[in-house]
Amino acid sequence: MAKRIDVSGLSAYYGAVRAIEDISLTVEPRTVTAFIGPSGCGKSTVLRTLNRMHEVIPGTRVEGKVMLDDVDLYGANIDPVAVRRTIGMVFQRPNPFPTMSIYENVAAGLRLNGKRGKGDLDGLVEQSLRGSNLWNEVKDRLNKPGMGLSGGQQQRLCIARAIAVSPDVLLMDEPCSALDPISTLAIEDLIAQLKNEYTIVIVTHNMQQAARVSDRTAFFNIAGTGEPGKLIEIDDTPRIFANPSQRATEDYITGRFG
Amino acid sequence: MSLTHTSPVRKAKNSVAWVLVAIAFVVAIIPLVSILWTVISRGAAAFNANFLTHSMRNVSEQDANGGAYHAILGTLEQVGIAAVITIPLALMVAIYLVEYGRGRLAQAVTFFVDVMMGLPSIVAGLFVLSFWILGLGFHASGFAASIALTILMLPIAVRSSEEMLKLVSPALREASYALGVSKWRTITKVVLPTALPGIVTGMMLGIARIVGETAPVLLLVGVTDSINANPFSNAQGSLPLFIFSESQNSVQTAINRGWAAALTLIILVMLLNLIARLIAWWKAPAAAR
Repeated sequence: MAKRIDVSGLSAYYGAVRAIEDISLTVEPRTVTAFIGPSGCGKSTVLRTLNRMHEVIPGTRVEGKVMLDDVDLYGANIDPVAVRRTIGMVFQRPNPFPTMSIYENVAAGLRLNGKRGKGDLDGLVEQSLRGSNLWNEVKDRLNKPGMGLSGGQQQRLCIARAIAVSPDVLLMDEPCSALDPISTLAIEDLIAQLKNEYTIVIVTHNMQQAARVSDRTAFFNIAGTGEPGKLIEIDDTPRIFANPSQRATEDYITGRFG
Repeated sequence: MSLTHTSPVRKAKNSVAWVLVAIAFVVAIIPLVSILWTVISRGAAAFNANFLTHSMRNVSEQDANGGAYHAILGTLEQVGIAAVITIPLALMVAIYLVEYGRGRLAQAVTFFVDVMMGLPSIVAGLFVLSFWILGLGFHASGFAASIALTILMLPIAVRSSEEMLKLVSPALREASYALGVSKWRTITKVVLPTALPGIVTGMMLGIARIVGETAPVLLLVGVTDSINANPFSNAQGSLPLFIFSESQNSVQTAINRGWAAALTLIILVMLLNLIARLIAWWKAPAAAR
């Protein structure tokens, strides 16, 4: 189920402004890859091009190739909506649907796409909630509103919602930055479990988190304001933190900037 | 300078401002309270079950037996038809403006909707008179009034729905798109339910505005004392029109009827408001209750 991502020559634009330039990298299946870099370096933009969320913003465009196994996601006859069903995303601020209960939130990905009768749904909701380590906390109140949970629980609800549609890849855009350290730990443990089934890419501002959680790390940087973001270095996590090959990477990791 | 010292000048300014605000509030409330008081006290005389269930058919002006049933029915039907036409139309326009519209067409639509907001109701009535009745040859009917009321309700309904849809957080739309849900389904299953309480309130504001519009009704429903439940043919009664015609009369029984009808109209609007709040409360995102 988990798939491999190959990015080559990727550039993304907001109108006439080039936000990221000529990005090429590979993400192996069943691994966790972290994107790190200073604010504004384009790491979230790169993430959003992977599931074609970037083009939801009006006036944007993308050049280059993103291959999911052997399918070019930006090919001429590819449906972006179908791409987003295959590549799920979890956002920085938890965003459960306010008009829906916990159960309905998890089932939303399936229900809103018109699939599945009631019988299948119960089992799938339980499986997804177990998968995101939330089942024991909410099993008695599945019909309560999704917004009534704590921040960490809401984020795990959003993760359950994302995995309920059985994606091949899970993208996480700074999923812990709005959470307290205990919830953060819970989510990091969850990521370690999830990587057995999904390919995961996580954008994070927190270098220590990248060091804890990821197998490979990619460092992005911008040359100056108004310049496009570029991929400086991508390598196995232990190696990039202990012995980076680029000067800029070492400066960022040791805290000389960013 | 001590931390506990508050300058007396600042204290004085604070008091003056507070008093001015309180006076302004009272001045603003006075007309509201006095209107309610006047209508209730003068309308109570003729307001009874008989009034609400009988029409003016064969009732002379001095006779105290007549009622406003034909007018109430007429207004409910006219406003009802206008609402049934306006609500889906306004929602569609608002959805277009917020979710799809970019550039020239959307700007033009917003501009014209704003212009229509200020349209005098008599102009709307005259338009329907010349187009529907004189131009297409139809006769005075409740439906003709409904067309004019639709024109008057549409801009309010569009603008308020638009504002409510804009208030829905973009994060919710993103969450839905990221699940691989199509844009249209996102709008109908996520955005609209979230904005629903606000949209309902906006629609009710629109309905409350048109319920009391007299000018277009004056031009378009014709004259009748009898009950006509068919809004598509023949003249039909109307509450604002009834108030107008009865209160122009010099006979006291007729004037009393006019006041009672005014009281009925106010109660009607209050009921509509209550229903709107109930709907909004029932449909509210569960955590907000």
